[in-house]
Amino acid sequence: MIRVQGIHKSFGEVHAVRGLSFDARDGRITGLLGPNGAGKSTTLRILCTLLKPDQGTAIIDGADVIADSRGVRRRIGSLPHDSGLYPRLTARENIAYYARLCGLDKGLIENKVDSIIETLEIGDFADRRAKGFSHGQRTRVALGRALVHDPQNLLLDEPTTGLDVMATRSLRELIRKLKDEGRCVLFSSHVMQEVAALCDDICIMAAGRIAIHDSVDGIRQRTGRDDLEEAFLAALAMVEKD
Amino acid sequence: MGILFQVFRKEVVDNFRDRRSLLTAVAMVAMFPLLMASLIGFQIDRSFDTETELISLPVIGAEHAPSLMRYLESRHIDIVAGPADAEAAVETGEFDVVLRVPGNFGEQLAEMIPAKVELYLDQANTAGDADVGRVHDALFGYNQTLASIRVSARGVNPNLLRPLNIDTIDVSTPSGRAAILLGMMSYFLLFSLLMGGMYLAIDATAGERERGSLEPLLSLPVTRTHLILGKIAACVVFMAFSLLLSLLSWFVALRFMPLTQIGMTPNFNLPVVLAAFLLLCPMFLVGASLMTLIASFTKTYKEAQTWLSFAILAPTMPILIVSFLNLRPRLEFMFVPSLSQHLILVDMISNEPINGLHAAISVASTFTLGVLLAWACVRVYHRETLLG
Repeated sequence: MIRVQGIHKSFGEVHAVRGLSFDARDGRITGLLGPNGAGKSTTLRILCTLLKPDQGTAIIDGADVIADSRGVRRRIGSLPHDSGLYPRLTARENIAYYARLCGLDKGLIENKVDSIIETLEIGDFADRRAKGFSHGQRTRVALGRALVHDPQNLLLDEPTTGLDVMATRSLRELIRKLKDEGRCVLFSSHVMQEVAALCDDICIMAAGRIAIHDSVDGIRQRTGRDDLEEAFLAALAMVEKD
Repeated sequence: MGILFQVFRKEVVDNFRDRRSLLTAVAMVAMFPLLMASLIGFQIDRSFDTETELISLPVIGAEHAPSLMRYLESRHIDIVAGPADAEAAVETGEFDVVLRVPGNFGEQLAEMIPAKVELYLDQANTAGDADVGRVHDALFGYNQTLASIRVSARGVNPNLLRPLNIDTIDVSTPSGRAAILLGMMSYFLLFSLLMGGMYLAIDATAGERERGSLEPLLSLPVTRTHLILGKIAACVVFMAFSLLLSLLSWFVALRFMPLTQIGMTPNFNLPVVLAAFLLLCPMFLVGASLMTLIASFTKTYKEAQTWLSFAILAPTMPILIVSFLNLRPRLEFMFVPSLSQHLILVDMISNEPINGLHAAISVASTFTLGVLLAWACVRVYHRETLLG
């Protein structure tokens, strides 16, 4: 469960996030939808404790991003925009390295890594070095790496960008599986269809604020538009008016 | 501590797999002393050759001047038959120098006309300078000898022809040249030490950032202090390997240098190798932290590489300055990292007694600087701007 409470963040003159508040619940996929520059990545970085909010805070399963940053990191798994694998390590080694850093017991590491490889269906290339992986393969391994410490909350920054149709489909299935396990999945994207296909709740963001936060059907009703893309534009227009 | 070790282990494995960078570094570090050894060896050999080595001189018309030929042979110059065309032979580089004695040489000599001999040489060809010089000197010597005989036959003191007694003293002894080169040894030791850690220092900061692996790494439930210290530790190990390789390479190279020929007995046996290694140990932390610190302020791998290429010259600067000024160890110098190590190393190699206090201050002050720099790295690693 992620609860964001009135966070602000500026970089010099740029006020990237302005009083953002929303909840992302367990067992649901929450989509953070917005055009480029809306503040999605900054929000995710604050939730990962990579950035400190200037104002406000966020609580993840009871841990505060400011007061207990390490506790927060224990409760989250993060898939950044670039998969960020080590090219000279194999997929298995990449996952095992994170498992060791998270302090998993020596005896458990091998089993854990094996089970992740099985769940993510990456056995075919698990022992190859990451250097030659396709974008889809890299994303799967990076997702597996984010799961080594069994985090209750998952933060995915535009995970499907640049993936082909097949890779996108299988990644969606994986994310749904994680949701069914009762995890809280927060997912950022600027692609309307992507969010519509996957998410239970949607936060539409623009200019560092939440324009609208509701279920997919709720958004359709509130904007009075049936087509989600129209709804998206209507929601953005609502923010501009403020 | 466990996490620090895991980071360390991963960085070591990861970098060992970067074969190209590794081989380049190894080749550079190991080859240099051997290259130096052959260069110095060559210098020494050459300087020993000059006076007594037999050189051969192609002469055209040697039969016209038998006594000149005997004189030249007494000066270790071997007379061989000359080419048909002296000018062409020198021009094409077939010979460095050719002497031609015209047929009327004997007549001119008998009639007291300055007898003409022709010396063909190519002044642009510096490789022939030594031989040309010796032939020239010998001809001049013969000229002087004949002149002396002529004036003494007329009852005149031959010293009248020698108002000056010029004695040339060459101070650039081969041992002096070799000593300068050996004095640079500590410079190269330090250079290889830093080179060994450079790739890792870049990879652990600018490299991680550039390939996007820094963000997920810092999102793990790990304190950043452990991450950065693990990376510095891995860097230290690579620097230690590099230094060891360089020391061993020098150890081997010195065996092949004919230094005893010029009265030099560098004290570089295995105990000295070990002592040099221990003396340079505190430089690992200084180098690793300094390079990590600089690399963490750069945006890309390339940019970091550019900055570090300059940065690794910085610790070698004081060494260059003292080797030109020829300074002796002093207490206050021992507080300057790299300078103190250089001064102590030079004394070690030239078999001078080592001041224990000097060594202690050198180790302590360098280590302190290393700790301060490592602390600065930890601070920088906690900044938000690290992600770029």
